[in-house]
Amino acid sequence: MADALAVPVTTGRADRRRRLWRRFRRRPMPMAGLVLVAGFLLLALLGPLLTGDPSAQDYTATLAPPSGAHPLGTDDLGRDALARIAHGAQVSLQAGVLSTLLAMVIGIPIGLVAGFYRRWLDPVVMRLVDVTLAFPFLVFAVGLAAIIGPSLKGVVLALGFSQLPAVIRITRGEVLAIREMDYVAAAIADGATDRHILLRYVLPNCSSPLIVQATVAIPAAIIGESTLSFLGLGVQPPTPSWGVMLTTAQQYLDVAPWLAIWPGLMIALATLGFNLLGDGLRDVLDPRSGR
Amino acid sequence: MILEIDNLVKHYGQVRAVDGLSLSIGQGEVLGLVGESGSGKSTVGKCVLRLTEPTSGGIRLDGRDITHLSRRAMRPLRRDVHMVFQDPYSSLNPRFTIEQIVGEPLLHHGIASRREAGGRVAAMLEQVGLRPEMRSRFPHELSGGQRQRVGLARALILEPKLVVADEPVSALDVSVQASVLNLITDLQREMGFSCLFITHDLSVVEFLADRVAVMYLGKIVESGPTAQIFAEPRHPYTQALLSAAPVADPVRQRERRRIVLGGDVPSPVDPPAGCRFHTRCPLAYDACRTSEPALTDPRTSGHPVACHLVTADHVPDAAVNR
Repeated sequence: MADALAVPVTTGRADRRRRLWRRFRRRPMPMAGLVLVAGFLLLALLGPLLTGDPSAQDYTATLAPPSGAHPLGTDDLGRDALARIAHGAQVSLQAGVLSTLLAMVIGIPIGLVAGFYRRWLDPVVMRLVDVTLAFPFLVFAVGLAAIIGPSLKGVVLALGFSQLPAVIRITRGEVLAIREMDYVAAAIADGATDRHILLRYVLPNCSSPLIVQATVAIPAAIIGESTLSFLGLGVQPPTPSWGVMLTTAQQYLDVAPWLAIWPGLMIALATLGFNLLGDGLRDVLDPRSGR
Repeated sequence: MILEIDNLVKHYGQVRAVDGLSLSIGQGEVLGLVGESGSGKSTVGKCVLRLTEPTSGGIRLDGRDITHLSRRAMRPLRRDVHMVFQDPYSSLNPRFTIEQIVGEPLLHHGIASRREAGGRVAAMLEQVGLRPEMRSRFPHELSGGQRQRVGLARALILEPKLVVADEPVSALDVSVQASVLNLITDLQREMGFSCLFITHDLSVVEFLADRVAVMYLGKIVESGPTAQIFAEPRHPYTQALLSAAPVADPVRQRERRRIVLGGDVPSPVDPPAGCRFHTRCPLAYDACRTSEPALTDPRTSGHPVACHLVTADHVPDAAVNR
């Protein structure tokens, strides 16, 4: 008994974080994802400083293939593709990450509360979600652009809003299952407050599908940004984004295929990076995933 | 009395899970609540813990009426009552370590600082027979028996006055059942808590309970001191339950007459008129089909029965009639 009492407490927060990091570090795929995502963040932060003006036009070299002066070639207006990729990273990553973050920050609490308390709140929220789902996304985006003007902010709001129903539905669905688990009943018997139960019991146990949702939503939002920008609702020319570059490249696919390849490759790699990172996070956060 | 339940009713929509049940548990007493699945016995436990709100009736915990207390008002009273759940796999938060799980009640009642909590948890784990290194494990790393010990540690760490044990061993391997039952018995003697022990298996209760109450379709049909119930079951249903439990002595086992009940438990949505057991009772006669017998004690020995056939000088024998 005395020995047992002398053992120090081992589950401090810093300790837990260190253990999670150790679990994460040992897996090659999540680490690859982390490296990719970190690389893109660096590209977005430092890239614009290292490359030239993305709007500078060189009429002597329009649609030029990759060369020493333009490592990734130039577009139809003779603008350097490398500079545009680097500057476009900012817009594309912001559109992808911020809109998803927005949807999660608003949607998860709504889904948690609606699913946990049911009563009148749940049907009200779910009908609102149905209405949102039925509402045409582009009409909403046009309306938003009309109000706040076409901008990245409008893109993030529109994309975030369009993701909201999915986030609320997923969260609520998970909560409905988890609230019936005995460990929630046990937490009530422990004397836990609802806040504690929601944050420490329900939320962690419904995090897996939400992480998956986020890893799918981020690349979708990067593409979504290009749709909105193509329609003139998003970032305005000459501001570059990967989506905008991809859309313009379509017209020159047979004469300058590299114009499509670079932004396409960026979007593909970013998708891969967020997917791997998401998978890794999900595994590490779930103690049952072993090792 | 630590727990007094008075005419408890709990309906889930059409389903009359508990339909007028009264019982009481004294200080340090163990009451075995026995019944088939669907008899409403687990619902009684949920009502006592106020995990669900009773439809009507009264529940008094250590003298305090908790029948319709709000979640918030109930919270401080949870120091005095906890529960051991049936399923050791879903009753522990998979994202918590064992130490966190067992320490939760301390945290919520502000009993111990984080530092002291570690010591309390370690001591409690030792009491339920878990090695100290289990503290940093996660539930999925433990066996069913170990998990149930964790559940027991969580229920007991605040030294509650009442523990509701809802089929605490029925999900375990038979080989593990005995050790967990022995542990509960030992801890009960050591700590002296009262216990509502819910089970479908009469034999589990024989060595553990001071008194036994037998439930059928939301009502108690017979209750009394454990020894008396086992030696002299009065209700035909209790007799049938007892005849179904195997006896360790093969000679006696061979001589026993098994009372096989026909059919299933009727639906609690529309319980039979008259005696609820008459559809399956081998001794049922006309009165059983029309009038419902009250839970009375015609033989005055703290052993009430709800059966028309039990009178001051007659006890039915369901086995004889076959």
